[in-house]
This record gives sequence, C-alpha cells and structure tokens, in this order.
Amino acid sequence: MLTIIITTLVIAVIGIVVAEGLVFTDTRFRVEVDERESAVRECLPGNNCGACGYAGCDAMAAAIAAGEAPASGCPVGGAPVAEQIASIMGVDAGQVERKVAFVRCKGTCDVTRNQGNYIGIQDCRAAALAGLNVADCEYGCLGLGSCASVCPENAIRVVNGVATVNRARCVGCGLCAKACPKGLIELVPESKRVAVQCSNRDKGPLVKKVCSAGCIGCTLCTRQCEFDAIHMEGNLARIHYASCTQCGKCAEKCPVKVITPPVNQ
Amino acid sequence: MVKNTFRGGVHPLGHKELSREAPLCEFLPTGDMVFPLSQHIGKPARCIVKKGDGVLVGQRIAEADGFVSSHIVCSCSGKVKAIEKRRTLTGSSMDCIVVENDGLFTPAEGFGVRENPDNITNEDILQRVQDAGIVGLGGAGFPTHVKLRPKNPDAIRYVIANGAECEPYLTCNDQLMRVKSDAIVEGLELILRLFPGAEGVIAIEDNKPVAIAAMKQAASGKKHIRVLPLKTKYPQGGERSLIRVIAGVDFPISRLPADVGCIVDNVGTIYAIQRAVLYREPLFSHCFTLTGEAVRNPGNYIVRDGTSFAELLESSGGLKDGVTAKKALAGGPMMGIAMSSLDVPIQKQNNGLTLLAEDPNEQAQAQMTACLRCGRCTTVCPVGLLPQLMADAAIDGNYERYEKKLRGLECIQCGSCTYICPAKRPLMQILKQAKSEITARKRAEAGGKK
Repeated sequence: MLTIIITTLVIAVIGIVVAEGLVFTDTRFRVEVDERESAVRECLPGNNCGACGYAGCDAMAAAIAAGEAPASGCPVGGAPVAEQIASIMGVDAGQVERKVAFVRCKGTCDVTRNQGNYIGIQDCRAAALAGLNVADCEYGCLGLGSCASVCPENAIRVVNGVATVNRARCVGCGLCAKACPKGLIELVPESKRVAVQCSNRDKGPLVKKVCSAGCIGCTLCTRQCEFDAIHMEGNLARIHYASCTQCGKCAEKCPVKVITPPVNQ
Repeated sequence: MVKNTFRGGVHPLGHKELSREAPLCEFLPTGDMVFPLSQHIGKPARCIVKKGDGVLVGQRIAEADGFVSSHIVCSCSGKVKAIEKRRTLTGSSMDCIVVENDGLFTPAEGFGVRENPDNITNEDILQRVQDAGIVGLGGAGFPTHVKLRPKNPDAIRYVIANGAECEPYLTCNDQLMRVKSDAIVEGLELILRLFPGAEGVIAIEDNKPVAIAAMKQAASGKKHIRVLPLKTKYPQGGERSLIRVIAGVDFPISRLPADVGCIVDNVGTIYAIQRAVLYREPLFSHCFTLTGEAVRNPGNYIVRDGTSFAELLESSGGLKDGVTAKKALAGGPMMGIAMSSLDVPIQKQNNGLTLLAEDPNEQAQAQMTACLRCGRCTTVCPVGLLPQLMADAAIDGNYERYEKKLRGLECIQCGSCTYICPAKRPLMQILKQAKSEITARKRAEAGGKK
C-alpha cells in the first residue's frame, strides 16, 4: 500500500516540477511569432526561385511581415498574390504588373554566321569563358541554353540558335537573366508591345557586317518618340518602360525592324 | 640524386621535332599591322597617336594607364590608318591601332647603340624596362616592371630564367637559348644587380640538350648563375612548379612568387630586358613558333607585334596540301587559346601558333563516359588537388565546398587532369567555369557591401 502512495506522490511531484519548468520556459523564452508571416507564406507561390532577392519564399514572407519588403515584392505571383498579401498586411497593393523575360537578340542562324565550331561543355557560360562567340556577333545569343537549363518553368527553348521565351509559361523570376553571360535577357512588363530585340552596341557598319537583323544605331526611333521613352545607350536603342505609352511609332520607323512586339518571339 | 621536378604532372607527346631544328629567322610582314590596346594584364594602354600620323619602328603609340599597365610600341613604319575596334584572338573585339605598313621598317631614333652596362644604374634598369613596354612573354603578359619591383628586394633568393618550355609543339625558346645564350645571361645579370642576395637559375627541361649546353657555355665563370636541367614533364615551366623545384616551397595562390623570395621570368622576357637596358630597344618583336601537323613548313621566327597570324602562315608556305586545319591554337595544345579566325594580330605575349590536322576535343567528346573513379586526375595534379571531387562540386553548384573544402581556387588550369582522364571528361573546363563563377560572386558581394 505504502509503495503505491509513495510512487503516486513521487510522480505527482515530478509532474508539478516539470510543469512549472515548462511554464517558466514558455514565459521566459517565448518567441514572438507574427501570425501574418505564416499567412503571407501561404499566399506565396512556393517556387523558392529567389527572384524577389530573398533566400526563398520563407525569407520573403518574414521580410514582408517585418515590413522590409513591399506586398508586391513577389514577381512570380504578380497582382493576385500581391492583393492577397496586401489584405493580410492591411496595406495598399499598388500597381503590380507581371513581367516576362525577353531575349534581346534576333541573331538566328539565318542572319548571322557561326564564327567557330565550338566543341566543349554545352553551356553558354563555359563557351563565353573560352572566349569563343558562337555567332559572329560578340553581343548575341550563344544558343547553348544556359537560360533554358535554369528556368524552373521550362519556358525557354533555343530555336534556330536563339533562346525564345514562352510568354504564357514565364513567371518572370529573372533566373535566366542572371544566368546569361551576355546579359541579353530583360524583364519587360507584360502589357508592353514594343521591345528592342538586339544588344549590339557597336556602330551601324560593324553591326551590319556581323548580323543583318541587328540595331544599326540610326537613332530614328529616338527622334520619333514623343514621350522621351527611348534613348541611345552606346549605339543601341533602349526603351524606358516607365515612360513608354506603346504608341508604336518607333517600331514603325525602325529601318531594320528590330523594335518588335515581344510575342513568343 | 635530387630529382629536378615537382609531384604530379603528365607526359604529353612533345611533337617538338616538327620545328626544333628550324633556325630562328626574322619575319618582316607587308600587310597592315594591328596593335590591340590591351596586350597585358592590367589596365589597357591609352592611345597617343591620331589617324593619319606617321609612325616609325620603336615609336610608342600607346601609353601605360597606371602602374599595372604597359606601353605599346609600333613595330613597323608607316601611317596610322585607323583607331577602331578589331577582333583579337580571343574572339572579342578590342580597341586597336591599325598602322598601314610601308614595308621600310624605318627605325625611330634613340635605340640600337650598345651602352656600357657599368654606366647604368639600378634605377635606370627598372626605368628602361618600364619604358620598353616589356611584359611577361611566357603567355600571361604581366607587366615586367611591376614584377621587378617587389616590396622587399633584399628578400629575393632566386631569379629564375624560365626556359623549360614544357608546352608541347613550341620550340622558339629552345632556338632562342641556342643563339642568344650570351644575351640571356647578360640580361639575367642585369636583373640580379637589382637583387643583391639572389642567385640566378636558368631552368631548362632536359629534352633540350643543345640549349642546355649553350646556356652552360654562356654562364660558365659567372658566380651567381647556374643552369639547371629539369625533368621533361608538363607543367614543368609553370611558375609554381619551378619554384617548387628550385626553392623547395609550395605557396597558396593568394601569394606571389616574390613573397617566397622568387622572381620567375621567361627567357624571352630576359632577352627583351637585355635589349631594352643595353640598347634602349623597346619591345616590338619576340620569338614565335609556327607549328602543327597541318603546317607545311613549321619554323621558329622573330615576329613583330601586330603581324597577322594569317599573313605569317601564308608567307611560310601555308598549309600542307590536302590537309585542313581542324584546330588553330594561339600557343600550344595544353595552354593555348583556340582561335576562330587567323585574321587577328599577334600580341606581345603570344609565343606560337599550332595548327592541328585533327581536333582532339572532337574525338574526346565522342568518347566521353561517366567518371571511372580511377583517381588519375588526383595523381597528376601538380598542385595536389582532387579534380574529380572538385568537378562534382562544381556541377552540383556547391561552390562553398569547392572553395573551402577542396581549395579549388588553387587550380592553375594546367589541364593535366583533362589530359590524363580516361573517361575524357572536360575537367579543366569545368573547374575554370567554377573558378570564374566564384570570383564573379565574390565581386558581386564586394560590390553589394559598398
């Protein structure tokens, strides 16, 4: 009988001590959790692509909850996600537009020549290191598909020597832009219907020598634009989308038709 | 007996018999000469001539922009035709000075007369090397005047004249040492005057017995200079391999040879230093090997900077009948740069053109298999790295492991691992890509912190 009482008492005492300990640690070492953080995390797409500039969706959610990142910070989710997050955070989502990757090169095998017979690792970055330009133009697409290999959505394919983007599948994460050793890929707002499809900064005659489709730097487009949205960078036209109204005058006037609507290229 | 070599390394077929006995002869080009503004490591030079200017042999046409940079000297006489972007041997365009060659090679004034070495001070030596626009002629093109001004000149123990020429096919340094042995020894003596505590070592691979005999003859009676025959093995002529043999030290890539008391200069550079100091002759020509199975007349030349590779090949007799050159390399097959066009200028640091009738890369790619885990890459790595594991880490994108655990940045990109790999994997190319990726990330991080 005594054994039973002693056992019960000992266990009861241990129980009380442990319970006190738990209560103490719970109050003393309590971690403040922002409920909004997990709610925000639920809204994010979960690609963990890193396009927002944070380590992944978890880090992004924490940053939004802490107020460090804007509600519209996820380029993949676009407007719908931004709205959800904004309602959780109680802020205005602002204008978010989906961006789509655009390859600024038109140099297919038909318009430029192959400079050398590249044999080696089939990766643009390796080819760029070897110093070999696969095409004659040293600014143009190498066509070995480094962008396609990093694309989480399988939205890029190399067609006829130039990477092309499937605009419906592209989530605008920008990983391809980082992977391209020639820096050809730009994220363009989805609604914009004009884009310069060339990256050659050389003067016109030099461009003509290497590629019949390239921007010759004639500056006609800059003179056409009434909104001061197109400027020359070196000998290359560059559109500033913030001021562009998509009147399309530049594309109309371009003698080499290098300003094109970015439709599935 | 001390084995004069380093650990690891490979024994590629030398193919030196193609051009070994061809005497060094001067090549005078007739076509336009093209001078890229960046023929060295460091900042590109600044152009100081205008279109239409008359220029002479030995006239400076571009000035060093900063300390780690080098002058560029015209190697022909004529008129500046254009200053424009031209394609160079790496395939990318660069600002170049194009000179229309009048074929007369009228020299500028102020050089060519021998001065008494006793009247030249140490400061004069350094200044004349800098004025001559001398860069390392072994391949990298590091400005020599920077190399000759280490932080602590008294700590230099060895000045090494690198005549190893371990690269297969190339033979121009062999020929240079045979005919200019006295000048090379004299040049080495001039450098040794700058470093009172140093010993001069002329390191030559033992597959060049005539050159060794000639250099021994020239160096006999000189107290501080010895000729050291080395075992024939690639990459014996690598800076770090030589220092391992001569000074017996290994050192990480973050430190320079001068930090361990060594200065390594190619014999061609030392010859150029002798010409610059004693004759005030700027660097406008250097020795060059034209070789390979596809070439009709392989030979050794003194070429002028700016000569087109294509012109040299044409004048020498071109390709063999019925042979197409599958691969063109500026340099030899191990370290050389694959070229997509021969219509580019020879730069200061180019020491050869190898035209192969077969492309070994093409064959290797056809035979490539998965890694066999044989470990031969580890055995041959002269730095003692683990190329197989490094390549795995690089392919996985695990750059942290590549850099910290496997010390992948120590790789000297000699290509021994790729050469030996029975699975024909392009190891060196993978490692090179990983290295550049890591440096790019570091640069981005450093930029981000600012």
